Amino acid sequence: MHAWETDRTRAPIATKIVVAGGFGVGKTTLVTAVSEITPLQTEALMTEASEATDDLTATPGKTTTTVAMDFGRLTLDDDLVLYLFGTPGQQRFWFMWDDIVRGAIGAVVLADTRRLKDCFPVLDYFESSGLPYVVAVNHFDGSELFEPEDVREALTIPKHIPVMIMDARRRISVIETLLALVGHALDETPE
Amino acid sequence: MSSTPKQHLPVRGGDRKPARVRPYSLTGGRTRFGHVLLVETFVASTAALDAPEERRELTNGSLSTRVMPELRAIVELCRRMRTVAEIAALLKMPLGVVRVLLSDLADQGKIRVYGTGTGHGTGRPDRALLERVLSGLRRL
Repeated sequence: MHAWETDRTRAPIATKIVVAGGFGVGKTTLVTAVSEITPLQTEALMTEASEATDDLTATPGKTTTTVAMDFGRLTLDDDLVLYLFGTPGQQRFWFMWDDIVRGAIGAVVLADTRRLKDCFPVLDYFESSGLPYVVAVNHFDGSELFEPEDVREALTIPKHIPVMIMDARRRISVIETLLALVGHALDETPE
Repeated sequence: MSSTPKQHLPVRGGDRKPARVRPYSLTGGRTRFGHVLLVETFVASTAALDAPEERRELTNGSLSTRVMPELRAIVELCRRMRTVAEIAALLKMPLGVVRVLLSDLADQGKIRVYGTGTGHGTGRPDRALLERVLSGLRRL
């Protein structure tokens, strides 16, 4: 346990990074690889958008559902705590992101080259919201290994935005991804 | 690593439709009385540790002042520094509900809501904070 957890007289600075991507792309794996606590799960009660937006999973007649969101924590200093929030990537959850994304350093957009389309709506969201993001291709064992530039081209990612091939299971790989994001966010923040 | 992809990757925007209006509204995480309760916002109980009076008041109120068990559970959790998301996760309650209850507790003075350190919790982190996060991550 860290000292800040029991000191109720002052709160540490809390900051956060959003990890977004389609189902099964490795968001929870990524959060688990670096979190100092067992990742926790919150649920947000949501009303589904009336328009069918992206896929066949929207159930006609169902008006509310719950969206699970995993999060983990990294104490970076006595008074500095970083939270990682893994959020579902489908377009119909966008309304929820506005809330999660507020005040965030930026987002890691996780992609799987076998299902690259799953991250299209996520990228659309971050492009229009202006939040700094990096693209992290979670390389799965046995899947074809692509060059970052091939992925950049397919996703039409501008040159200044980092695109990396990584392994969401490996702590070092995840930390490198987070470093790339924070570095990029710093580049995007005016002096 | 292969320099040319052997299989075809789908291209984003290849079948893009022009309209991209999103049907949600911004609540901004702000509650009725102006407490900013983002997912990472820290809250803590204002009661002294092991204060029996506080607990009696919470458990034995008359009908009009009786406190919901959820509120009691939140105050109990907040004997340690907690985030909004953590409370929701530990009590298995939806985030929106936790926000409302926390707002009520804050209005009653039972818990204190702390700023997140990033400009009242609304803006982007500034350069100084980003530098600190970078060096913190490098030390891991």
